Amino acid sequence: MDIVRIPLGEWIEGGLNWLTSEYSVVTRSISHFTKIGINSLNDGLMWLPQWALLAMIVLLCWRVSSYRLGIGAALGLALIWNLGLWDPMIETLTLVVIATLVAVAFALPVGIAAALSERLYRLSMPILDFMQTMPAFVYLIPAIPFFGIGSVSAIFATVIFSMPPAIRFTTLGIRQVPVELIEAADAYGATRSQKLFKVQLPLSLPTLMAGINQTIMLALSMVVIAAMIGADGLGSEVWRAIQRLRPGDGFEAGIAVVILAMLLDRLTQSLSRSRR
Amino acid sequence: MDEKQNVKIQVRGLSKVFGKHPKKALELRNQGLKRPAILEQTGQTLGLSNIDFDVYEGELLVIMGLSGSGKSTLIRCLNRLIDTTEGEIVIDGENIPTLSDKELLECRRRHFSMVFQNFALFPHRTVQKNAEFGLEIRGINKDERHKIARNTLSQVGLDGWEDAYPNQLSGGMQQRVGLARALANDASVLLLDEAFSALDPLIRKEMQQELTQLQAETQKTTVFITHDLDEALNIGDRIVLLKDGEIVQIGTPEDILTNPADDYVRRFIEGVDMSRILTAESAMRPVRSTARESDGPRTVMHKMRENSIDSIYMLSRDRKLLGLLEVDAAKEAADQGATTVLDYMTQDFRRVKPDEPLQNLFAMFSEKGFPIAVEDDEQRLLGVVVKGAVLDELARAGDQ
Repeated sequence: MDIVRIPLGEWIEGGLNWLTSEYSVVTRSISHFTKIGINSLNDGLMWLPQWALLAMIVLLCWRVSSYRLGIGAALGLALIWNLGLWDPMIETLTLVVIATLVAVAFALPVGIAAALSERLYRLSMPILDFMQTMPAFVYLIPAIPFFGIGSVSAIFATVIFSMPPAIRFTTLGIRQVPVELIEAADAYGATRSQKLFKVQLPLSLPTLMAGINQTIMLALSMVVIAAMIGADGLGSEVWRAIQRLRPGDGFEAGIAVVILAMLLDRLTQSLSRSRR
Repeated sequence: MDEKQNVKIQVRGLSKVFGKHPKKALELRNQGLKRPAILEQTGQTLGLSNIDFDVYEGELLVIMGLSGSGKSTLIRCLNRLIDTTEGEIVIDGENIPTLSDKELLECRRRHFSMVFQNFALFPHRTVQKNAEFGLEIRGINKDERHKIARNTLSQVGLDGWEDAYPNQLSGGMQQRVGLARALANDASVLLLDEAFSALDPLIRKEMQQELTQLQAETQKTTVFITHDLDEALNIGDRIVLLKDGEIVQIGTPEDILTNPADDYVRRFIEGVDMSRILTAESAMRPVRSTARESDGPRTVMHKMRENSIDSIYMLSRDRKLLGLLEVDAAKEAADQGATTVLDYMTQDFRRVKPDEPLQNLFAMFSEKGFPIAVEDDEQRLLGVVVKGAVLDELARAGDQ
């Protein structure tokens, strides 16, 4: 006796096809605007002389964190420059920055709403689990019919993959605010929004920044993987090295990713610490 | 207390049930069941049952009970941090349980300031910004709230700490900030929830004294929650005694000490530190004005005139008590052109240590009726006891 196989894949494909054809106007305009964003940020960063940008980043690291991070940044970026990976590095950085901005722009309101409503909290947690545990590559597939091959698809997949921690940490941060402080705000007649902006958000800022830090790290890892669907940057250098079987090139690009990751991580961590 | 006093808050038939089926619990309550039986049968906790009391305009009312007595619930019902199950809480004609959300905000802003047991200061705001919080919420403009907050901070003795953060302050100072936040708000009722319970005993005494002083000056209606009968007796104009969510007794400290309503109250009172109540220290008052050994006759006379007193204690530079100078003697010294008054002092008054039993003091008053000086082991003047205070203290404790 044959058990009928549930056509789960067909259903999902049907749904995606329907979305693609029905909302092509939407996807096309998203695609358009994202491209403008990517190109202008990319062009802006590339327009600056490389030494000037390098000096600016070093200065930023020094001011926000410590002279040690400044020296680290100078050495790391100089190495990337020397290896001829400056332009791919900028392309990767652009994708990370835009994906993070979009992810945080979605995550903040969702995270706040989930913190304030028990029902939304219970609804959002399994969805976040789904988004985080689904293998990252899978997001690349529907991205292509939506936005075509290239950077926009990479951003789409990256946003979905990197958003959950920002939502989770925002929710966690707000829910961790001590009850007495909420009570104090209530006792003095604070409205919901006064409570949010004067008490809950400022007090959850360190946690929130930790979430954004996680989002940036996940975005960086995804942007590299997204080279498989034609995203530019360090990932495509690695991808090319794989195809040509040149481990040396692969490691060079890989080390550049590591340097970029460490810089972004230390930088956002000290940002969150100085806000405390 | 005087029945003619204006009622500020009127609480009638207030009950609070914690749980999902409050009606069932109240039904059983009406059949005469008590809290433990109701919990067993319905799973509902009867937090407060049929609470009736008034808070008079300008008084300091203490609500006192052990943990689990419902006192914290009660104070939170007053400004509806906790919703009530049944009953009325009327403040200036508004019934708090039936207010809409918007009216409730307005009511809280106008009527209630609150001080919390664990201070509940905002760690991300400076002392100044903490004190401003209530005003900021109400939309008072920046300059004005800045000024008000600064004044209240100096009122509670925190000059110079405006830019510090709460975690840089000691517990006592943090609670001063909590108090300043409440006072700056200038709401009509001040709620204090175990406000001094987290402080160490010395600081606590000091804060109690300051609170009663502030309260006497401002005449602000104050509701103070505590589990400590000593504290209640020390600061309360009237005391509401709470047990298992019901009122056991309402009265002045005097009423409660002399006519405990039942065994529960009596046992409570037995726990009060009687030796403390019955010593010279308990009846002692601070000395309004003292003179230094270097003061000349005219300085001393000026001090007496300023304070409308006709005798003054002379202290050495290290605050040791040298003697008592009467106004006549000072005048004599001035007439004779003396530069010092030390030879004109009298020793015709008694000195006691703070732990001197009160009964002994009664026989010590001299004919002239000079107050008895209380001094420490180093002969430093701590305060004085006047005849009336001894009588008061003895009468308070006598009927037990």
